[in-house]
Amino acid sequence: MIKTKDRHPMSMFLNICMKIAIIFTVGILAFLIGYILIMGIPNISPELFAWEFTTDNQSMMPAIINTLIMTLLTLVIALPFGIGAAIYLVEYARQSSPIVKIVRITAETLSGVPSIVFGLFGFLMFGIAFGWNYSLMSGAMTLAIMVLPVIMRTTEEALLGVPDSYREASFGLGAGKLRTIFRITLPSAMPGIIAGVILSIGRIVGETAALLFTAGTVASIPSSVFDSTRTLAVHLYALLNEGLYMEQAYATAVVLMVVVILINWLSNRIAKKLAK
Amino acid sequence: MEISRNQFKEKIMKLVFLVTAMASIIAVIVICGFLFVNGVPAIKEIGVKEFLLGMEWLPMQEIFGILPMIVGSIYVTAGAIIIGVPIGIFSAVYLVRFCNEKVYKIVKPAVELMAGIPSIVYGFFGLVVIVPAFQTIFGGSGKGLLTASLLLGIMILPTIISVVESSLRAVPEHYYEGALALGATRERSMFFVTLPAAKSGVLAGVALGIGRAIGETMAVVMVAGNQPIIPDSILSGVRTMTSNVVLEMGYASGLHREALIATAVVLFVFILLINLSFSALKRRAD
Repeated sequence: MIKTKDRHPMSMFLNICMKIAIIFTVGILAFLIGYILIMGIPNISPELFAWEFTTDNQSMMPAIINTLIMTLLTLVIALPFGIGAAIYLVEYARQSSPIVKIVRITAETLSGVPSIVFGLFGFLMFGIAFGWNYSLMSGAMTLAIMVLPVIMRTTEEALLGVPDSYREASFGLGAGKLRTIFRITLPSAMPGIIAGVILSIGRIVGETAALLFTAGTVASIPSSVFDSTRTLAVHLYALLNEGLYMEQAYATAVVLMVVVILINWLSNRIAKKLAK
Repeated sequence: MEISRNQFKEKIMKLVFLVTAMASIIAVIVICGFLFVNGVPAIKEIGVKEFLLGMEWLPMQEIFGILPMIVGSIYVTAGAIIIGVPIGIFSAVYLVRFCNEKVYKIVKPAVELMAGIPSIVYGFFGLVVIVPAFQTIFGGSGKGLLTASLLLGIMILPTIISVVESSLRAVPEHYYEGALALGATRERSMFFVTLPAAKSGVLAGVALGIGRAIGETMAVVMVAGNQPIIPDSILSGVRTMTSNVVLEMGYASGLHREALIATAVVLFVFILLINLSFSALKRRAD
């Protein structure tokens, strides 16, 4: 084979550009993860996981628990709508019907809306119009709208992946449409749906801008869903904003990053298993 | 009797599914409604021209001009595109044609991971790594247009790489083979035959990247400096529309608050326009 590179300076240049680009991409990610881990792990101490948040001890434990509650509440609100919508789109609607087109366009629009706009809307609607102020509930409602398109899209894809022969066999045995959906189609599509749910959890855990003005920044465990709370990502922002607690910020960033990386890894694994 | 009850249940559930399908439509309508109802009166009160083209943002004196923020958002986004798009395209071409299986198995999950890292962590990284580095290299505060552009450029990389990669893979193999047969090198065939053929997919990726960059908040607010003036160099501080809202919403009231909501309305309109061009491009790519 002729060494084309030597005779074509342009090709050599492009080749070098590609190598630089890929090294930059992977390098910056490795650097980011490595830097935060190296700087953060020495700052992780048992006190940071104390149950109480005080000004002396900026414990992240309440924020971790709040993140869990926020994630659960958001999913409880978003899942029925996301999965129901996907069922309607795949199992009931004719693909050419105008409703399907409008639902697709609006879901696409929703997924492009910046999180700060969601936050401002949540503040205006749930915080002010509904009178929930800064609360877990307004935060969860806002996030539920934010992850709705993610759940819809992944569930839709999972349902489309279920072979029609499954449905036909079920009908053939005399099952109704509803029974077929709940007993045959949904269980077969479950891995895909779970991958989508995990993806949404990643979004919820990492979200900051949409929560600042909806769930607020109170750093203790709420006594009801109408109390203000601070998730881990908001906790990191608050620590940085005050500028006094860099060590705690490093430790928080490590925990947040590791959790999100694990969540994404899990989601990818499930999705890959499906593709096989 | 049993059958009719079953039929009734089927009908009811079909209706329930239809209602859930309406959720996203209702959400978009309600979001538009709340933003416009709360924001548009403020724009009227301030004056469309004064609001959109006003050079000064002085909430204490009730002067609300958001031109510096609009320009700031456009500059920062343009900077992110200038940095992110070439790196993204080169990386995508490499992933499609020039790397072996082993490298691909490492790089592809890395890119996916990059998309999953929360923006607040990127902002933190920018604050503790890029800002001090720029302080020593260029002097000054280290926060500004260049810092924000670089950080956003990094953040949009996974978006650009995955969209460009899939559109490159959609180009028929014989384009590339034909070019090779005519004596072009592998690089020439990819960059001058396959890449142009994937043009609309690449543009869709860029449009998606623009949408990400212009809407990004938490990372930008930490590294941009946030001065509400039009920057006169790439090192001076800049405030975007998103950071304007985040910085002041916490304590604003009255007309000030409405002016911030109106800022979000302007941002929202920008996003809708970008999304529209994205879906148009995607349709052409399909």
